[in-house]
Amino acid sequence: MLRDDVIEYSLDAHHSEEEGKKIRKKIYFVTVILTVVTIVEVAVGALAGRSISTGITWELIKWGYVALTLVKAGYIVMVFMHLGDERKGLKAVILVPYFIFILYLIFILLWEGLAVNEALSTYMV
Amino acid sequence: MAGHASKQIDSKTLWGGKISPFSASYGKLMMWFFLVSDALTFSGLLVAYGFTRHATTEAWPIGEETFHALPLLDGDYPLIYVALMTFILIVSSVTMVLAVEAGHRMDKKGVVKWMIATIIGGIFFLGSQAWEWSHFIHGSEFGKVELSDGSLAIVHADEFGEIENFKVTVAGHHHKVGDVITEDLMHEYQHAAAAGHIHDGKITLHDGSIAEIAKKPNVNMELKIKSDGTNYKIGDKIHGKEAAEMYEEVINSGELGRVTYGANLQQNEYGPQQYGQFFFFITGFHGFHVFSGVIINIIIMLGAAMGVYHKRGHYEMIEKTGLYWHFVDLVWVFVFTFFYLV
Repeated sequence: MLRDDVIEYSLDAHHSEEEGKKIRKKIYFVTVILTVVTIVEVAVGALAGRSISTGITWELIKWGYVALTLVKAGYIVMVFMHLGDERKGLKAVILVPYFIFILYLIFILLWEGLAVNEALSTYMV
Repeated sequence: MAGHASKQIDSKTLWGGKISPFSASYGKLMMWFFLVSDALTFSGLLVAYGFTRHATTEAWPIGEETFHALPLLDGDYPLIYVALMTFILIVSSVTMVLAVEAGHRMDKKGVVKWMIATIIGGIFFLGSQAWEWSHFIHGSEFGKVELSDGSLAIVHADEFGEIENFKVTVAGHHHKVGDVITEDLMHEYQHAAAAGHIHDGKITLHDGSIAEIAKKPNVNMELKIKSDGTNYKIGDKIHGKEAAEMYEEVINSGELGRVTYGANLQQNEYGPQQYGQFFFFITGFHGFHVFSGVIINIIIMLGAAMGVYHKRGHYEMIEKTGLYWHFVDLVWVFVFTFFYLV
């Protein structure tokens, strides 16, 4: 492993006490964000969830939930899983194929679900 | 954070062979690839859930109406328990990342300490999930009822009127006339109601004896229609005395299958059949990941405590385990949103 011509891998990722302090600060910051977002989500669910809100209000809340979920997921992946610190190439290899596939899957299945719903409510009365 | 990954290396050296162009070790890279494939599996499950959810818009159960109980407490606490589970998992994810950070400082004690905290968090989450499953399977005191017009309704009430006793009027194999039964009442009552063994306020018990039911009335009942009948449509709500009378009519009908309590793979009291199946499969599959995560964490923690990684000169093993553990948290964030919130 220790060859002169080989540039070190992440194996040797070490940091000093001072850097550690900075990193820990960031970790606690993200913890607070994740906790606050979860509390907001639950409060909205309990006070203005689907059993109470209807129409456009519920649509807004729903998309708000999706946005908050993506915020949480982003922090977990980028900070906790350190993907934000990896090389651009590695980020692309992990994220791009996943998103291409999954966005397609979400689109096609939810669209189809709505079509099935319409068919059922039209012909199965 | 991972130091060398952010060091500037010109692309000719980077892609010229001999080194990893991603500045990531083989093990870490493979863990990432595994997680991408696992993420696709979970996405597949959640998108399948979304499909079914969109195909059955109105009838689908609402999170805050389905999950509103806490252990040892009566009353209505919408989503609080799941929020608690989510918080436990987030905290255990934080302790894991702290273990990784300690590893980068070659702080063996710190690694072991934070790994133990992570394992405890994982065990707490699994325990919570066991309670949640048990509660989901046993269901509410009221169950879901099929009304006389063929519509299905879920039931909410402020209080379940206490069952005081059963007074035997016709003897069976076990009980004699005049016996007053005061034990296992709820279980007998629900079993008989589901099987159609309650008729006009009289219950047929397991041993064939027939008894009169002494029960206080339910308080403030509300029926919510979840499936169309000839009179009622999805979304209709029936309140007060009328609701209580209709509910009693179903319980006392003496017909099999008019009441459903709790959930199994064939039926559930919360909504369409698929709802229970998705619940068991998605949260079960996730729970199994948490379980494997806890086992892996224990093994790695023991390795760290014995100094295996310290001797190796780096704590990358903690980082790789950490990736898996954070992934489990990541999945739960999505399950939480799409199963419980929307």
